[in-house]
Amino acid sequence: MAQTTKPQPVLQPAGAGVAGHATVNYLNQEKGIRSWLLTLDHKRIAILYAVTLATAFLIGGILALLVRTELLTPGATIMGPDAYNQVFTMHGILMVFAFLVPSAPAIFGNFVLPLHLGAKDVAFPRLNLASYYIYLVGAILIAIALVAGQVDTGWTFYTPYSSDPARGGSVFFLTMAVFISGFSSILTGINFIVTIHKMRAPGLTWNRLPLFVWGLYATSIVQILATPVIGITMVLLFLERAFRIGIFDPALGGDPILFQHFFWFYSHPAVYIMILPGFGIISELVATFSRQRIFGYRAIALSSVAIALLGFFVWGHHMFVSGQSAISSVLFSLISFLIGIPSGIKVFNWLATLYRGSIWFQTPMLYALSFLFLFTIGGLTGITVGVLALDVHLHDTYFVVAHFHYVMVGGMFVAILGGLHYWWPKITGRMYPETPGRIAAGLIFIGFNMTFFPQFVLGTQGMPRRYYDYLPQYQDLHVLSSIGSYVLAAGLFLILGYMLWSLFKGKPAPANPWGSATLEWTNATTPPDAHNFARTPIVTRGPYDFHLAEQVVGGDGARGDGATVSAHTPQSP
Amino acid sequence: MGEKGTVWLPEGVSTLAPEIDSLFYFVFWVSVVLFLGVVSTMAYLAFRYRRRSPREIPAPVKESTLLEVAWVTVPVILVLIVFNWGFKSFIALGVAPPDTYDIQVRGRQWLWEFEYPNGTIATNELRVPVDRPVRLIMSSTDVIHSFYVPVFRVKQDVVPNRYTNVWFEATRTGEFDLFCTEYCGTQHSGMLAKVIVLSQGEFDAWVESGGGDLENLPLPEYGAMLYQQQACFTCHSTDGSVTIGPSFQGLFGSQRQLANGQTVVADENYIRESILDPQAKLVQGFPPVMPASYSALNERQVSALIAFIQEQQ
Repeated sequence: MAQTTKPQPVLQPAGAGVAGHATVNYLNQEKGIRSWLLTLDHKRIAILYAVTLATAFLIGGILALLVRTELLTPGATIMGPDAYNQVFTMHGILMVFAFLVPSAPAIFGNFVLPLHLGAKDVAFPRLNLASYYIYLVGAILIAIALVAGQVDTGWTFYTPYSSDPARGGSVFFLTMAVFISGFSSILTGINFIVTIHKMRAPGLTWNRLPLFVWGLYATSIVQILATPVIGITMVLLFLERAFRIGIFDPALGGDPILFQHFFWFYSHPAVYIMILPGFGIISELVATFSRQRIFGYRAIALSSVAIALLGFFVWGHHMFVSGQSAISSVLFSLISFLIGIPSGIKVFNWLATLYRGSIWFQTPMLYALSFLFLFTIGGLTGITVGVLALDVHLHDTYFVVAHFHYVMVGGMFVAILGGLHYWWPKITGRMYPETPGRIAAGLIFIGFNMTFFPQFVLGTQGMPRRYYDYLPQYQDLHVLSSIGSYVLAAGLFLILGYMLWSLFKGKPAPANPWGSATLEWTNATTPPDAHNFARTPIVTRGPYDFHLAEQVVGGDGARGDGATVSAHTPQSP
Repeated sequence: MGEKGTVWLPEGVSTLAPEIDSLFYFVFWVSVVLFLGVVSTMAYLAFRYRRRSPREIPAPVKESTLLEVAWVTVPVILVLIVFNWGFKSFIALGVAPPDTYDIQVRGRQWLWEFEYPNGTIATNELRVPVDRPVRLIMSSTDVIHSFYVPVFRVKQDVVPNRYTNVWFEATRTGEFDLFCTEYCGTQHSGMLAKVIVLSQGEFDAWVESGGGDLENLPLPEYGAMLYQQQACFTCHSTDGSVTIGPSFQGLFGSQRQLANGQTVVADENYIRESILDPQAKLVQGFPPVMPASYSALNERQVSALIAFIQEQQ
């Protein structure tokens, strides 16, 4: 066939001609600021969340850099003790409540869940938008507290230090912020559970659900059952400060340890809210970039639910030396070990998935492999602090700080970065640049370990946490940790830079650049249409049946780019 | 194990430190083995099965129930071993032997006060006899603190309105760090203290003398000692820098601008009043946070502090 060159008087939109790329899509089908701020499209809501959450993360991250810079020397380095205590408090509050708790469900859950199910949207789109605005109010209140200052209680708000009304008026804003943003979490959980139950495409049985959906389902259970407890706790703290009732303040006949029980009854399940979606993302990444079915699908699915439920019975492991009874401590320790088992099951199953796979070292896979490395350390050190006699020595030291950063940052945040790179083409229609992606992944892996591994040693050597000043013998490890934080920050700013660059100059993405087998890749354009699918997909295979991937019924754009699956598939019926 | 410090742990100086350290190293090495197993398996599999052509699609791998059962059973056995060991040592940490030497501990923002059975009170220095079980009965007068001595491997929160206990038996003499390890405000990291382990004879002599041979100590020296022991240093520097309260440098004889507009000279009477009744003459620009507990100082102690402050020029 002769190729004729003809003059091109009209500029082709980027992506024209790329397989499965839709130049008219959910991003531009409706225009104007009102169509964004009042959208009911789950994909646009995901983007609203993403922008706000990224801002929260940026501020929280800068606060972390301030903490690490102050800790370069004992005594004052760049600030006094009051400022330091406020900085680490706001870092924790922003990162936990304003970023990690909402993060994966709000961004990737909102964007991907309906697509994974073959649905047009979530069950309650208006409720979904309301969830976003409720979260936004909470985030704004946290920002006000940050500016107004005076909160130095730590993100854990222990009484009676926090219930003293003379202390920082901004504690009021924060208790209200946590109370309000809790509703966002609860409503999202309800929305997702109903969506998963009621809006699956025909043929999409529970055993064919992508594991990311199972992860979101388990997360949603925890969100609904646990979040009301922190809400009520914040109300009680507010009442205590305002009306001096005497719930927690011993001077008024209250019990300060009661606050700890209330607080951790939510905040322990909250850490599972923060990690379970991450487990789901890792399953997607490992399957796609091994092009192999997840080994032990059922084990991984059910272990998520097991973690969600068992997570309600271990809160007292934060309180072994608080003065609670020895029997309580013993029971909490035993159950905490049991909850480590399902996490181990997941790691082993992901490893087994690599066996006889076809491993592709794209950036999302580099993050998945980093996760396996870093989360294993986080999990094993969690077991370590679950050992009663060892926790006596390690509690409230840097060992605990290192442990939770390994699971929350090395685990969950790394999973978020993996998911971000994985779904970036689908969300934006652009490919991120692969080489900077790999460099950033390397910087983050190295910087993270450099920041937090020395903190395990600081902890076992006795360095307490939340310390503005410290004895000179701890300085070398602090300096190493702080330098690591700058490396980590460099990697993160690199990502911010090239992701923004890719929005304008990135290669237009095809429908399925990764050769994945889940519905958002096989049955939707890149970026998707506002209504997701032209026709409801009918599902006849599992989410990781790569050997059957050509059997996509009613697909809209399935040809991959350099990853096409057409050569080896069995004949279609 | 526990006699000398290692990379991970400081030396152990209590009777329970060796068993806790053994437990730590057991958990540590099992974790290292598991971790290396995971990482090396990952590296091997990722390399061995790396994608060689963009079009390859591996055949699905059959699942193995045996493998699933194995990697549930083995970890369960390991965690139960570790739980059991940790539980036993936890009980040992929590149950003091009979016949302990009991000391009262009061934690407050931002110092530790230790009271001995004969009424001797020491601040920020916990003297104990070696080779004798010591039990601390602890309470806070304000917010939650936590008593932590890394070399003894003991820690216990110090809570207002109730007593908590911790016990230990030190195995050698020396001076060791004592930290507050529950966040308690501005000077949480400044609430430093020392455990001073003495031989039984030295310890008895110290306690009986009411806390040291202070009768013949010259006033400025005694004042310098009290400046440390009573934790004045937490809020008042001697080098001119302002932390929470005014610096003592150049204080004596200076004009003080009070919050109520008055101006006074910082003479002996002013300093005495400010120690015994801190809010009486509050200086402008400083928060009213000096505790009233110093009203318990005796006459000689007040004179000693005045002499010490007078020396800070």
